[in-house]
Amino acid sequence: MQYIPDVKGVNLPAPYRGRPVISNAKVDENKLAGMCPLKAIGKNPLSIDLGRCSFCGECAFKCPEKIKFTQDYKLSASRREDLIIKAGENKLLKVNPKYVRDEIKKVFGRSLKLRQISAGGDNSAELELNASSNANFDMGRFGIEFVASPRHADGIVITGPISENMAEAVKICYDAVPEPKIVVLCGTDAISGGLFENSPAVNRKFLDSIKVDLFICGNPPHPLTFVNGILQLIEK
Amino acid sequence: MYVENNQAIETKKIPVLSYDEFYNEAADFLSKDEVHCVNYFAFPYGEKLKFVCAFADDKEHKIALLSYEFENKNINDLNLKSLTETFPAMHVFEREINENFGIMFQGHPWLKPIRFPHNRYDKKLQVSQYPFYQIESEQLHEVGVGPIHAGVIEPGHFRFICNGENVLSLEIQLGWQHRGLETLFLKNENWLGRNLLAENIAGDTAIGHAATFANIVESLAEIKISKRLKIERMVALELERMATNTGDMSALCTDIAYQLGAAVFGILRTPIVNFTQKWCGNRLGKGMIRIGGTHYPLTPELRQEMREVLKKYKKKFLEMAHKSYHLVSLQDRFDDIGTLTEKQVRLIGAVGMAARMAGLPRDIRKSHPSGGYEFVNFEPITLDSGDVFARFLLRSKEVQKSLKLIDTIISTDSIFAETDDMFEVDKPLTIQKDSFVLSLTEGWRGEICHVAITGGKGNLLYYKIKDPSLHNWKALELSLRNLEISDFPINNKSYNLSYAGNDL
Repeated sequence: MQYIPDVKGVNLPAPYRGRPVISNAKVDENKLAGMCPLKAIGKNPLSIDLGRCSFCGECAFKCPEKIKFTQDYKLSASRREDLIIKAGENKLLKVNPKYVRDEIKKVFGRSLKLRQISAGGDNSAELELNASSNANFDMGRFGIEFVASPRHADGIVITGPISENMAEAVKICYDAVPEPKIVVLCGTDAISGGLFENSPAVNRKFLDSIKVDLFICGNPPHPLTFVNGILQLIEK
Repeated sequence: MYVENNQAIETKKIPVLSYDEFYNEAADFLSKDEVHCVNYFAFPYGEKLKFVCAFADDKEHKIALLSYEFENKNINDLNLKSLTETFPAMHVFEREINENFGIMFQGHPWLKPIRFPHNRYDKKLQVSQYPFYQIESEQLHEVGVGPIHAGVIEPGHFRFICNGENVLSLEIQLGWQHRGLETLFLKNENWLGRNLLAENIAGDTAIGHAATFANIVESLAEIKISKRLKIERMVALELERMATNTGDMSALCTDIAYQLGAAVFGILRTPIVNFTQKWCGNRLGKGMIRIGGTHYPLTPELRQEMREVLKKYKKKFLEMAHKSYHLVSLQDRFDDIGTLTEKQVRLIGAVGMAARMAGLPRDIRKSHPSGGYEFVNFEPITLDSGDVFARFLLRSKEVQKSLKLIDTIISTDSIFAETDDMFEVDKPLTIQKDSFVLSLTEGWRGEICHVAITGGKGNLLYYKIKDPSLHNWKALELSLRNLEISDFPINNKSYNLSYAGNDL
């Protein structure tokens, strides 16, 4: 039996690193914040920005009494600020319908066709997106599918930090999708630039001009993370 | 001078030759069947531009290093005699040096850009202005595809010149995924940050590239890791190989509309990557490899679970593999399609499966073994038909070889009696100064090569990354010649090359 009947209630085994929780334990916050190469850890109160986090888990190994990565794979939100986890909160990450645009609620729901754009990533998010359609995760059962042409798509899924060399192609592809269109940033690289944020070879200007509807965290996001994120966005 | 895989030496010990001397010595090496160039690059070295070239001697199991230098102020006038003219395998290296520093190589057929890096010599040349080969003719037409493709795949531009359905020439332009990796290795002064960068060079080879990186740093910092950790890394590398090969067999079946093979091989990849996740927390092995230690020892429970997973996998895999390669309709689509000869793969410097499928036994596990491979007597598998079928069958044979290797290793309890090396993130590293290390790993695609060069304070002066795809993209181009354009997808899948690994 390979097919996962309920994609919303799977128990992923540790050491899978999903949503972190941060305790109120007193620790040297400067040291913890300083060790993160992605600058995902904020101070006072200690916080982790999942839009920057690569889920390497090193902070939790360093300070297990403060940070623990749970196996909760639901790691999507529709507002960038909702991706920040703070000390003392055990808040689930989810798409708040209040912040989903009305036209998305009105137009989409029964099926969703997406055009994926790979823009300067390492191909790991792409591998997991492909796995989302396989016989195990089978997101096709919810009517979610990747399509070849942006003209046939209801939205785009961007992976990678958006390299300078792909910047123009990303814009052309976005323009070719008919309105109303959904924009999904999938993975740490796409959400914040990740390890490549300050690279001179990256150009993220495109993101200033558009509205992002969904942020899906992970490096790469697990197929279950992706499927649940999309479902939360379009569920009535 | 000769070094072994992962051996750190003082950079100044690499002989500095005049270009003419270099050319002659390089030509001598390249004329030998058992020698191929594993890296050749230039980097800023004080007031000079230093060129280093490494030749792997597969018979003697050692690597020859040569170098030459030019004052920065003189490089604009350089016009060096091209090695590519006589040894086509050198084409990518000379193109890369030209693209980065503007050095001209006289006699090179066409010094085309490799990846349009942010710090390229000619910034006026844009990624949209690649100089494609063209043929003027009323009868021919061109087909351009990409950078964005029809599926969930990385970007690249493929330009076909066709006579009707027949492909005369395919040219592949890359660079779209360029994100400045080599620059970031220098900018990011945190070793954990660099470790994460290594895991993000090519997501399908996270373990291969991270293991190569770890070998380099351990050599530079004189860290001796335990036999157990070496073996565990080898098991991880073989799991990565199995997972991708299984996935590739699924993809090949998809492209000939063989639904059963597509679904079953697709499903069979899942328990392997899920086991990798059970081991290190990530399906692609990110987090598995750390400098000098691990967070995730292979415990008796994990070994037991791996045995069970692989046992179930093996039964289904063998059944499906057997069924598929005896299927007449599959043979009809894969046989004699996209054939390359041993001579061709040798000429273009193909590595890994792209070499072995045509009878060229290039495999670092045998020729320059490091880590766990030092303890096993690995014999590469070669096939000789060089077609899509060979690339399909080789994957199946590689999977079976990996299964056997893992099975023997994880059943040897004595290896795991030793205490594992645990990773400590803030353990300071003392990096050897003014040193040079070259590391080779046989990733699932083939030979991965990283080079690190340190400065007077143990700082990183230069970090060079070479994914096997850099060589093997040429194999895909050549495979398409005189095929129908509709045979492109199966050829493409049969190589499954990395864009991210090429573009860096």
